[in-house]
Amino acid sequence: MQTVRIHIYSLLFIILAICCGVPGNPAYAQDTFPKLTGRVMDYAELITPATKMKLIDMLAAFEAKSSDQVVVATITSLEGRPLEEYANLLFRHWKLGQVDENNGVLLLIAKNDRQVRIEVGYGLEGELTDVLSKLIIENIIVPNFRANQFSDGIYEGAEQIIGVLSGNAAELKARARRTNQPTKFSSDDESVPWPVYLFIAAFLALGLFPILASIFGKKLGAGRYKWLGVIVDVRGSGNNRRGSGGGWSGGSSGGGFSGGGGSSGGGGASGSW
Amino acid sequence: MTASFSKYLKIIVALAGLTLLSGCGINNIPTFEETAKAKWSQILNQYQRRADLIPNLIETVKGFAAHEKDVLTSVVEARAKATSVNLPKDILTNPDAFKAFQENQSAITGALSRLLVTVERYPDIKSNQNFLALQSQLEGTENRISVARRDYIEAVQKYNTELKTIPGRWWHDWMYPENAPMQTFTIEPETSEVPKVKFN
Repeated sequence: MQTVRIHIYSLLFIILAICCGVPGNPAYAQDTFPKLTGRVMDYAELITPATKMKLIDMLAAFEAKSSDQVVVATITSLEGRPLEEYANLLFRHWKLGQVDENNGVLLLIAKNDRQVRIEVGYGLEGELTDVLSKLIIENIIVPNFRANQFSDGIYEGAEQIIGVLSGNAAELKARARRTNQPTKFSSDDESVPWPVYLFIAAFLALGLFPILASIFGKKLGAGRYKWLGVIVDVRGSGNNRRGSGGGWSGGSSGGGFSGGGGSSGGGGASGSW
Repeated sequence: MTASFSKYLKIIVALAGLTLLSGCGINNIPTFEETAKAKWSQILNQYQRRADLIPNLIETVKGFAAHEKDVLTSVVEARAKATSVNLPKDILTNPDAFKAFQENQSAITGALSRLLVTVERYPDIKSNQNFLALQSQLEGTENRISVARRDYIEAVQKYNTELKTIPGRWWHDWMYPENAPMQTFTIEPETSEVPKVKFN
């Protein structure tokens, strides 16, 4: 009787575990976007080294002050994709801005397409409005680009963006204060925080091992089994189990610059030169 | 064996069931449904924003090109038609209502783009600050609409797939039989065509 019952429970458990172990939703296929490693991703090589240094310093200083992430990217070609769509997908891929604030801005320049876009995260749409983005592009960036002064155009454009974002000092401070609170988990990539994994692992180790031992192990006595060299007493407390080996190597790979988890809904403006 | 042993096992199985069922996707259908609905609200929000911008735009353009009556009235009429419709509650699962909504909105899109092409012929309007501001807001709104539509299409795809694939299909049959697949946008050939600019 008992053995039958054990097996039914165990079977249920195993079916559940297998069914749930299969990852549910594979992420939607993403375009292959360049990796974000810094605040200025000059793939089209439009920015002079000296300006690039200045630009990075300015953007980093601004993030330190406000937590807003302003990133500049230049690419050689859109390869036929619409600028707006590319900018939005790239913004989301890089996750610019802090996670709860969505306070990122992407200044994207497509060299061969002669197009430029300021893509604004959800959280900054009220500050850096479509109209202001358009004005920055038309009055600052485009004239410079038409004169082949790409470095200057980009630098001055970024300066203007920061100027606009700094415009409302009270709101800027509030934003910085909100995001300066210690972050919860700085997990590497996506969704599941590591304690969940830890919990699942501990749960499996504690719960599953005695059951497996009772199925596959050698029966020593009433409710006592030996499996994988470990004696398990499944009658209740007093389990004698091997300590779970192997440490947890968690944490994020340090170094470099990365997006804070923000998103964008297509705010901003585009222009061409 | 003793009673405590089977009790112990029961607790384990109950715990396992609880934790793993949620991993098994018992909640997926309602979760995905809510996500898709939220994305839908975002679309409505942006379409509303566009409808709100139109009267101002019309006024501004009228000031410079009042004789472009056809283009102006077609925008006004398209807007009136779209805003007069009360959206039924089941619009997301009702193909006819959804199609009508989409047609009304794309009529606005078409009329607006014709208006903006017409305006190209009037340098005075193009240099008017008020018009430039409206134009960039309108462009921004159109772009937000397309982002919102893309998000919605993705969310619906996920939801509909969940309804049709195992184990979601089982949960659908067992727990959520009233959940129906949602409608999604189709690109209509006539509206995706960019209007031609004529140089006379």
